[in-house]
Amino acid sequence: MKTILKAGVLAAAVVVLSASLAAPAFARDLTVVSWGGNYQDAQRNIYFKPFAEKSGKPVLDEAWDGGIGVIQSKVKAGAPNWDAVQVEAEELALGCADGLYEKIDWDKMGGKDKFLDSAVDDCGVGAIVWSTAIAYDGDKLKEGPASWADFWDVEKFPGKRALRKGPKYTLEFALLADGVSKDELYDVLGTDEGVERAFKKLDELKPHIVWWESGAQPLQFLASGEVAMTSAYNGRITGINRTEGKNFKVVWPGSIYAVDSWVVLKDAENKDAAQDFIAFASLPEHQAKLPEFVAYGLPNKEAAAKVPAEFAKDLPTDPANMTESISLNVDFWIDNAETLTQRFNAWLAQ
Amino acid sequence: MSAVSSRTGRSLVLLAPLLLFLIGFFVWPLFSMMSQAVSDPAVLRLLPRSAEVLTDWDRKSPPTMPMQTALMEDLKAVDDDQALGDMVRRLNSARSGFRTLMSKTMSALEDTANPPADLVSIDKRWEKPEFWLAIADALSPLTDRNLLAAVDLGRNAAGDIEHLPADRSVNRVILVRTFWIAALVTFACAAIGFPYAMIAASLTGWKRDLMLAAVLLPLWTSLLVRTAAWFILLQEKGLINDLLQTLALIDAPLPLIFNRTGVIIAMTHVLLPFMVLPIYSVLITIPKNLMPAAASLGAPPWRAFLRVLLPLSLRGVASGSLLVFISAIGYYITPALIGGPGDQMISSIIAFYATGSANWGMAGALGVVLLIATLLLYSVYARLSTDEPGRR
Repeated sequence: MKTILKAGVLAAAVVVLSASLAAPAFARDLTVVSWGGNYQDAQRNIYFKPFAEKSGKPVLDEAWDGGIGVIQSKVKAGAPNWDAVQVEAEELALGCADGLYEKIDWDKMGGKDKFLDSAVDDCGVGAIVWSTAIAYDGDKLKEGPASWADFWDVEKFPGKRALRKGPKYTLEFALLADGVSKDELYDVLGTDEGVERAFKKLDELKPHIVWWESGAQPLQFLASGEVAMTSAYNGRITGINRTEGKNFKVVWPGSIYAVDSWVVLKDAENKDAAQDFIAFASLPEHQAKLPEFVAYGLPNKEAAAKVPAEFAKDLPTDPANMTESISLNVDFWIDNAETLTQRFNAWLAQ
Repeated sequence: MSAVSSRTGRSLVLLAPLLLFLIGFFVWPLFSMMSQAVSDPAVLRLLPRSAEVLTDWDRKSPPTMPMQTALMEDLKAVDDDQALGDMVRRLNSARSGFRTLMSKTMSALEDTANPPADLVSIDKRWEKPEFWLAIADALSPLTDRNLLAAVDLGRNAAGDIEHLPADRSVNRVILVRTFWIAALVTFACAAIGFPYAMIAASLTGWKRDLMLAAVLLPLWTSLLVRTAAWFILLQEKGLINDLLQTLALIDAPLPLIFNRTGVIIAMTHVLLPFMVLPIYSVLITIPKNLMPAAASLGAPPWRAFLRVLLPLSLRGVASGSLLVFISAIGYYITPALIGGPGDQMISSIIAFYATGSANWGMAGALGVVLLIATLLLYSVYARLSTDEPGRR
């Protein structure tokens, strides 16, 4: 009996082992991961396909929803199945500190001075500058909100509001609505009293808030009339105006912008090709095509200068839009995201 | 004897793929989830010298020079970025601010040209006992911290267990809510599923096939699609409200979405097949002549149902309820899309810890709490179903 048992276990072990050993023999194609939706459709046309043609090798693309835990588990398991990934600023900072990314070869990228300062990092190359702003339907509200104080004013502007579920952005917006100036914003939020004040301000609006989680939701709420105004990603707002002929307005004052970056996962199979891809996607002639499809700002200075005026006015990086907007404080959020999320969830559950 | 053992041997060979699968994809993940919840080696592994020095610390006075020197030496010796990341994540989870503090400290220590004299000269925060307390509390390889936090408990500076402050207590409320929603959904499924299964079992031919297909078809549709469909039906200007308003049955739209009602409706629909199918499979095995027999003995239909059909079909209801309840407590997408902030279930919190902040310890601990609750429930079910007469 023992021999049969042994043989069985052995046979099964051989099957499992050979399967796992055989896997790396098939080289995986360069895999690029981004945020999906019409943004990734645009990226496919202007970056992925042209790069595949140039290099003569296929480029696979996948979509993800963010989260440092996803990246961490892929890298820790060894041989991650993604190569180049577009990440948010906190994921860049956290992952770089934790050694989850390869260091960027900046000579390949054409030198650091070609990019905006906020787009340059040891582990990442800025891909877009995007913004979270108030959006409202210009056809329904002739005179729309001009600030977060207006967003909070349910008497002047009746109707529900939508905000992204989570403390990031929400606490900032609450403090802005409470009259904190944009220069003092993170100093105030950095104190216990400031956090208290933000939650108190949120209490006022709580019965009127619908919470959204994925970027397409707020615009759907707005289109169906479920809410009177919402926070939304600026690229989505401009996108729906162009494709569906809506008249959704972006309120730039008080909007918060951040940089998304390309990173290469540590020890990824195609890490060199991934750096080549990022260099390709950062070239001004390629990057400059993006605003025609999605209204995100460009970190390559030369590319930004090439954008036609009709598209440039919708970008977060346009000087007129930039004056009253705020840069997301990444250091604050990598320190406080966990405790504030816990607190936010407790507040939400009350 | 040998014939018997060789037969067991052969059946073991046949079972081997299943066993390997179970070990690889069930036992091992479950075990690692549970060990993640209680193991806490990230800090101790990197800070052995500090661990020695910190045992003499009184846990409230400012850091002494030997403490600072030990920590600086430990940090200088770190050569694994990912291990460092694990440690910083663990410490930042206990005390916000460690992220920036550590990256500032590490880059200052790397600057060999002008080495810092002590940690306080790098950043004033190193003066505060709170940060040292976070390190001191993270030096045991096993911890009950996550499990306690999963039920809103924590240890104070003296090491006694106490309730977390209200603004950090969320898990208990959400756990109770999770079980409550699951119970309501189970009840709704039983209330709809039982009559449905009874009608289906009493029919024959194409009518029965049609009724079963109506249950099975949604089961083959993606969960996300069904949830999105409910979103369209339930919203303020959606099909249901439009219809009711055109019929002038209501003046203002009913609030059907972003609240508990919507979540219960959508989850009941999604989980209904798991109730109908077990009940149906029990009902068709009950001999058709029992009800007429009860009637011939003088029982009116309601009594025949209560005394004959219901007890015989309870087994199906129980297993259906168990299936629905256990599936329901893990729901994530439906409450997230249809529910309001007051309807989020525990899986959304677990998802935040797992993917959002890579705090696997907390995610594991909440998973353990959910697992224990499920096991308790199952043991109640097992006891009830063995006590049932006629099943033995």
